Amino acid sequence: MPSQEHLDRETIARLVMSSLHDVLSQKDQPLPDLANGAVHLIGQQALLDSLGLVTLIVDLEQRLEEDYGVALVLADEQAMAQRSSPFRTPQALTEYICLLIEEQKAHGRA
Amino acid sequence: MAEREVVLITGTRKGIGRCLVDHFVRKGMLVEGCSREPLDWALEHYTHHAVDVADEGQVKAMLSSIQRRHARLDIVINNAGIASMNHILLTPADTVDRIMATNFRGTFLVCRESAKLMQRRRYGRIVNLATVAVPMRLEGEAIYASSKAAIVTLTQILAYELAPFGITCNVVAPTPIATDLIRHVPPEKIQRIVDRLAIKRLGCCGDVTNVVDFFVKPESDYITGQVIYLGGV
Repeated sequence: MPSQEHLDRETIARLVMSSLHDVLSQKDQPLPDLANGAVHLIGQQALLDSLGLVTLIVDLEQRLEEDYGVALVLADEQAMAQRSSPFRTPQALTEYICLLIEEQKAHGRA
Repeated sequence: MAEREVVLITGTRKGIGRCLVDHFVRKGMLVEGCSREPLDWALEHYTHHAVDVADEGQVKAMLSSIQRRHARLDIVINNAGIASMNHILLTPADTVDRIMATNFRGTFLVCRESAKLMQRRRYGRIVNLATVAVPMRLEGEAIYASSKAAIVTLTQILAYELAPFGITCNVVAPTPIATDLIRHVPPEKIQRIVDRLAIKRLGCCGDVTNVVDFFVKPESDYITGQVIYLGGV
C-alpha cells in the first residue's frame, strides 16, 4: 500500500478527479470535461446533486484511508462553517484535503 | 470478495445477540459481532471484535476490518443495548449519558460506518432493535424507552437518506424476553407488561429472528422505515 508520503497535491488532485468520475458514472450522467478544474461541484449549474456530493465525500474518505492510511473527516463542522465552501470545485476540495493532512501532521496524528 | 453474505451483529456476548449469531451462522452466513467484554464461547464462521459501540474509533476499526477481510457487508443488526429501570426522580444524570451512549450513539455510529460500506454495492439491510416500552409508556423505563424512541426516529429518517443507496432500515421492537436485560426487573412487573399484550406471553429469540429474517430478505427491498412491535402492542 502506498504510504502517506506518496500523497502529494498532484496525487490528491488525481484522487478527487477519479472519485468524481466514478460518482458521475454511477449516476449515468454525461461526463463533462473534467480536465477543466473550474467545474462547479455544488451550487447553480453544479455537476452534483446533494446525494452525489455525499457519495463523493464518502468515496474520497474511504480511498484516502484504504489506499494511503489517512483517516480524514471531510464534512465536519469546520468545513460547513467556511464562508467559501471547500466543496465548490475539484481544486478547492484538493486544497482542503491538503490542508487537513497538513493539520494532522502538525498535530502528530498522521 | 466473500461469496457468502456477511452480517454484523452488535451485542453478541449473550441474550438476543447470541441467538442472532447462532441463527445466521446456521443460515450459512459469515457473522461478525462485537461486545465490550470478551466471549466465553466460540463458533465457526463467527468473528468477534472487542468493541464499545459508543467509541467512534473502535467502530471505524471494526468496519475497516470487515471491509479488508470480506469486501462486503450485507446485513447489520444493531442489538447492543443497556437498560436501567428507575423512577425519574431517582435517576442519576450519568445513567442517562451511559444509556444514550450505548443505545443511541452506538446505533448511530454502526449505522453510519456500515452504510459507507454498503453503499459501494448499492445494497444493504439495517435492522435496529427497539422495545415495546416505547408505545407502552412503561413507568420506570423513561430513559431506556427514550433511547429506543430515538433509535426509531433515527431509523425512519435513515430509511429516506439511505434508500437511494439501496439500503433499507427497519426496526423490530421485542416484548420482554428472558435475558439478562430484565434479570433485575421484579417478576410481577414483567407479568403486568405481559398482561397488557394482545398475546400474553414472554417473547423468545425465535420471535425476533422471524421478523429480522423478513426485513433482511433480498425481496424486502420495498420495505423500509417500518417498526414491528412484537406481542400485539
